[in-house]
Amino acid sequence: MDIVQELLAGSPRALSRAITAIENEYEEAFSIMQKLYPHTGKAHVIGITGPPGAGKSTLTDKLAKKYRENGKTVGIIAVDPTSPFSGGAILGDRIRMNELTMDPGVFIRSMGTRGSLGGLSLKTSDAAKIMDAAGKEIIFIETVGVGQSEVDIVKAADTTIVVLVPGLGDDIQAIKAGILEIGDLFVINKADRDGVERLNMELEMMLDLNQNKVKWRPAVKRTIASRGVGIDELMEKIEEHRTYLQVSGELALRRTQRTQAELLGLLEEQISRRVTAKMKASGELDFLVASIEQRRQDPYSVVAALLDDYLG
Amino acid sequence: MEKRIRVLVAKPGLDGHDRGAKVVARALRDAGFEVIYTGLRQTPELITEAALQEDVNVIALSLLSGAHNTIFPKVLELMKAKKMDDVLLIGGGVIPDADIPGLKAAGVAEVFTPGTPTSDIIEFIKANVK
Repeated sequence: MDIVQELLAGSPRALSRAITAIENEYEEAFSIMQKLYPHTGKAHVIGITGPPGAGKSTLTDKLAKKYRENGKTVGIIAVDPTSPFSGGAILGDRIRMNELTMDPGVFIRSMGTRGSLGGLSLKTSDAAKIMDAAGKEIIFIETVGVGQSEVDIVKAADTTIVVLVPGLGDDIQAIKAGILEIGDLFVINKADRDGVERLNMELEMMLDLNQNKVKWRPAVKRTIASRGVGIDELMEKIEEHRTYLQVSGELALRRTQRTQAELLGLLEEQISRRVTAKMKASGELDFLVASIEQRRQDPYSVVAALLDDYLG
Repeated sequence: MEKRIRVLVAKPGLDGHDRGAKVVARALRDAGFEVIYTGLRQTPELITEAALQEDVNVIALSLLSGAHNTIFPKVLELMKAKKMDDVLLIGGGVIPDADIPGLKAAGVAEVFTPGTPTSDIIEFIKANVK
């Protein structure tokens, strides 16, 4: 099958295969991304992050259904952690989005972090680009919610939503510094639980203190995702943010930053991979490691010399 | 090596006993596979559509309800319609030995009944994935 042609013509199978090719780094991955790239840049990418158990998947499911009611097509990437030991993963977010599976206007793909140090890999951004090229107008990226991924999400999303739940012990300790700075919208889910008022108040206080030069003051919304409560209002806020991004020029700025980050990230990854592969193939790696271990050389000089050799 | 074997684990029909499926899911994860766990009350349509979107190598069904002679053929039919001929279909649960040859003749790659070590499932998948 000509994956690119069929994908652009609307085949879900081609879309699925394209994502696999990128994830598994097949030969054709490079050429697929090259050909699809001109077709990207149209979708609104919404990042959903927050601690495990906050209700991210349920919330995504409800938001997706609302967007569908409004006639939009939706792509969802659900990211779960890959075990650093076995390399395997349990990707269980789809359970909460079951009904959406049969909707031809929705495409859901589960991805493991696959060793990108708990953060969001470039492959997740690539998968979003593929869905964008395939015509999905709204793309949700739902992250793991631990480690680096919470902050990484801003690199991939236009609008970042942080989902919290009340009663997680000392609430303000649960709100780490990075989270407050990356959220465009905050959602207190499971808002029928004790502690909602306090969490809401503390969030608002922290957000007031956190005012930086951007003109968008993040809103705090309450939802009970499992019951569909607060979804309409949340969606209104998302759309408000989208309008703000376009009107203020912030969207263009973020996308430029994102493009730069992606380019540099890709470059870094590829350079490291090529140099490492050469070193392994020639046996140079083992030699250098032994030399450094025995203190005949130090790692800093070794790296400097390697860079001169390989990059000139 | 970036390639991972992806397995969809699902329980079709109304059978609510998912401990076995969860045990298998964990074993597969520990073997380095990516397990898309879709849980209870799945229909053949939901299973095959999810399998297509997730581009899985294996569909693994857990059935304790006795409905295997209806469900498996239906799933195979949908897999064929969706041209998923490089996907393995395997099953486990309460499936009488007498029914297994019939299921295999219809296209089920293997059936793993209670007591089978999970390592057997893992080895089978590794040996047969296309």
